[in-house]
Amino acid sequence: MELNDIIKPENRVYQKPRLLNDNHMHYCPGCSHGVVHKIIAELIEEMGLEDKAIGIAPVGCAVFAYNYIDIDWIEAAHGRAPAIATAVKRLQPTKMVFTYQGDGDLAAIGTCETIHAANRGENIVIIFINNGIYGMTGGQMAPTTLLGMKTATTPYGRRVDLNGYPLRISELVAAVDGSCYVTRQSVHTPAAVRKAKSAIKKAFENSMAGKGTSLVEIVSTCNSGWKKSPADSNKWMVENMFAKYPMGDLKNV
Amino acid sequence: MAKIKGAVVVNVERCKGCDLCVVACPTHVLALQPKEVNNRGYHFAYMQNPESCIACQSCALVCPDACIEVYRVQE
Repeated sequence: MELNDIIKPENRVYQKPRLLNDNHMHYCPGCSHGVVHKIIAELIEEMGLEDKAIGIAPVGCAVFAYNYIDIDWIEAAHGRAPAIATAVKRLQPTKMVFTYQGDGDLAAIGTCETIHAANRGENIVIIFINNGIYGMTGGQMAPTTLLGMKTATTPYGRRVDLNGYPLRISELVAAVDGSCYVTRQSVHTPAAVRKAKSAIKKAFENSMAGKGTSLVEIVSTCNSGWKKSPADSNKWMVENMFAKYPMGDLKNV
Repeated sequence: MAKIKGAVVVNVERCKGCDLCVVACPTHVLALQPKEVNNRGYHFAYMQNPESCIACQSCALVCPDACIEVYRVQE
């Protein structure tokens, strides 16, 4: 069978989701952000939430998320995405409101907003991309940076006596009563992508059902910040990040 | 047993040559162009062994730029 016989519209089983538009993404080659954007676009299309979804974009690498997914977006000040999401969801309770934040945005400057939004049990979804580094500003140490990990501001590795311990936000959010679903996923293999997709789907359903705050942490790579190739970054993540940030559901009520 | 034949189409201008699809492919269908580049200067992915493709969609799932389309037929 020739390739021309296979490549026909009726045989197509996978294509770029309709809601992901044709703009060229500014992310570095191999960045996990692209995969998560793709999952979100697919899910919103599959769940028919195109007119109901409102995303809150953060400050960080995902600051231009509104350029790539064709839904309504609001750009928040640094770390304040859960606060804006609270307002949007309270004013428009029929909409599906989610924030998309990195670890510099959510775990450093936005910790207060995140924990209080979860504690109030706001019916929003927080998608948390944890790559252990400030990617956009050039690879500085983030609260989630692993001990011993070299970054621009910890050139000899992160030290406990100087920089403290890595912060596990998902455990903190799981501990408050308002959160209903807290899970940690990754997107480095096809199986992991499918699992992450079903986790985000569940979170979106929780938001529409009004069950409380859902947080989906995606442990991801920053190959530019980590100074590795995309494939090596995935390996490094499995070997090092997963020990500190184990996969799986932390809370599911 | 019915045999499944697959094929992928890479959106060459969108591809950034990150190599993740090449690593994810279980049947070693994909490879990066050794010399040719796209408009942005990236060595894009292409089907090196098209006859081995089983349309498993692994490459498309891990592709960060959603530049892979997968086609599948049952012979």
